[in-house]
Amino acid sequence: MPEVMPARLRFRAARVVDPASGRDEVADVVVQDGVVMPADSGPRETVLECDGLVLAPGLVDLHAHLRQPGREDKETVESGCRAAALGGYTAVAPMANTDPVADNASVIHEIRELGRAANLCDVFPVGAITRGLEGADMAEIGEMVEAGVRVFSDDGRCVPTARVLRNALTYARIFDGVVIAEHCEEASLAEGGQMHEGLISASLGLAGQPRETEEVVVARDISMARLSGGRLHLCHLSAPRSVEMVRSAKAEGLRVTAEVTPHHLVFSDEDLATYDTNVKVNPPLRATEDRAALRAGLEDGTIDAIATDHAPHAVEEKEAEFDQAPFGTIGLETALAAVLTYLVEPGTLTVSRAIEAMSTAPARILGAGAHGGPIEPGRPANLVVFDPAAEGIVEPPFASKSRNSAFLGRRLRGRVVHTVCRGSLVVADGKAQR
Amino acid sequence: MNKHLLSIHDVSAPDIVRVLDTAESFREVGTRIIKKVPALRGRTVVNLFYENSTRTRISFELAAKRLSADVINFTTSGTSVSKGESLKDTALTLQAMGADAIVIRHSSSGSPLTLTRWVRGSVLNAGDGTHEHPTQALLDLYTMRDRLGRIEGLRVAIVGDVMHSRVARSLSFALAKMGAETTLVGPPTLIPPDATAWGVQVSHDLESVLPKLDVCYLLRVQKERQRQQYFPSVREYARLFGLTRERVTMLPESALVMHPGPMNRGVEIDSDVADLPRSVIEEQVTNGIAVRMSLLYLLLAGSAPEGGVTDA
Repeated sequence: MPEVMPARLRFRAARVVDPASGRDEVADVVVQDGVVMPADSGPRETVLECDGLVLAPGLVDLHAHLRQPGREDKETVESGCRAAALGGYTAVAPMANTDPVADNASVIHEIRELGRAANLCDVFPVGAITRGLEGADMAEIGEMVEAGVRVFSDDGRCVPTARVLRNALTYARIFDGVVIAEHCEEASLAEGGQMHEGLISASLGLAGQPRETEEVVVARDISMARLSGGRLHLCHLSAPRSVEMVRSAKAEGLRVTAEVTPHHLVFSDEDLATYDTNVKVNPPLRATEDRAALRAGLEDGTIDAIATDHAPHAVEEKEAEFDQAPFGTIGLETALAAVLTYLVEPGTLTVSRAIEAMSTAPARILGAGAHGGPIEPGRPANLVVFDPAAEGIVEPPFASKSRNSAFLGRRLRGRVVHTVCRGSLVVADGKAQR
Repeated sequence: MNKHLLSIHDVSAPDIVRVLDTAESFREVGTRIIKKVPALRGRTVVNLFYENSTRTRISFELAAKRLSADVINFTTSGTSVSKGESLKDTALTLQAMGADAIVIRHSSSGSPLTLTRWVRGSVLNAGDGTHEHPTQALLDLYTMRDRLGRIEGLRVAIVGDVMHSRVARSLSFALAKMGAETTLVGPPTLIPPDATAWGVQVSHDLESVLPKLDVCYLLRVQKERQRQQYFPSVREYARLFGLTRERVTMLPESALVMHPGPMNRGVEIDSDVADLPRSVIEEQVTNGIAVRMSLLYLLLAGSAPEGGVTDA
């Protein structure tokens, strides 16, 4: 296929924010043949003016649901990758709860091939910890590691017993850098729960899920990380005591990392007062004081990464009665702007810490060496350029096949202008090029 | 008045007084030989019932018919999901047929509010999940005012499964709004932990509360809650929280016993207690028709017929 790509791109006078090297300065960045080049002038280059724009390593999402195979009506790898690229992501890790489940190498290969064909961002499929996500028999982790998988998770469900988790963490030590990622939810406490348990759930007449639903599993999982010496990652934290437990586990030297979603950083249970199913997510949006603890945990590095938990659902599923609607919000296209608007602009995070949490740290957890910076000559060119000042209202159409966004109708500041994946301009001037 | 009645939060204290006063004048209609006034002639009221509740549906049906409205009953058991047609499509259908008011009973909390997104007429919540049942609360206030002459300052206990009771929510909110003193009584497993934020007190000791009451309001105990481990047995529930023959004597002479029905005789209320003169359970039913007439009238009579005017 002939490409009309210019051979050499110069991003001129961008504010380069590169947490991996500690750089935050105005500079030119030049890309050629898939890699970052020295910025000295070259012949026949295309110049992209970046005055007032931020150039950073491309974002990396540790946690997305791309629904393929199985629910291609909600999302496909291609549509999800397009949403990702438009959101400034150059790498995405789709979760294993597809149909069939990504619990073997052939499904992993299929998802990766779909990603290659879409050619919009790098796809790092997550493998299931247990066969069929059933929480009993371990999936063939070794086979999936050979197929390139680094992160394993039964996300959507919690590993139900300490024994299964212990064995997975212990077994996975055979393989360098393999991470067991947990969706922390104690099933008997969560059962029937529609939202955070508190005054608002009581007044709305919706069954609640207390913080302890998450906390008891975080405590259990950290104990198993200690016992096994394995590498544990905790998904989408929502409760202050979970953050506190991660903080002390890290201080103890355990191999534990954690993520939080943009929606947990932005919304609270007060946003459910109108029974809006687009803010029905799992774990539930908690109280404003919980949100403050999540922001603090992200600021001080206890929480390593921001991950979208992009969860597309069909319109008719979300237009149902509240207790009938599925959990989840899409997030790939709004994550950066949400973080810039609600965390960077008010001063909770620096731009550099935001990029670290959305790119550098998740790339490290994912073992995605080509991503997350540093932005240096010879390094693969996976980059995002965004305008931190541009405002817009979140509304359809989305590149995602679904439109269940918790941010619908919100005014956000921050717009992705260009996304460069492996040296090619997959998003230019806010438009996907494929 | 708001266009809809979804929650007690939709009505102010003066609105509540107006509803009760209007109901007063409609109650007389029920005593006539020809029990009908032409107030809503030509208007269409749809009873959209996703849960079986014959008594509430009949009450609304009678209320609408006594106002000369055309009444359509749309009753289906199970959720719209299991039934196959979504709430949205049902709503759009009813909208296309020109419903002026939709009275909805649904097992999912919040579905009346959801319904308002798709219809132009008024929506009346006839009980949604474990959320609210505002018309029940208003008929209860009517009954209290009728019997005791006032609502402000009344000391009311709401006894039982507050956690899962839409009646308890609406009644607590309404009593707080009208200046009554409410105590929620039940096992701690069945009282929301943050309930005091509703402006009520909480007790787990029925006998200590009874001597100070003007109204003892009993909630129906759902036997399935035992299976969900909220209490050990129905027998033990009755032992600790049932209004027995012995306990009812601890109430002041003038205090009322109320229940939204249907009762579990022998569980939350002894059979003899239910039949005492101080038990006003049947009056609640009778008053329910007048209060629902009042609500339909106030929500609909002020507005022009469907298609005529503007959204409020």
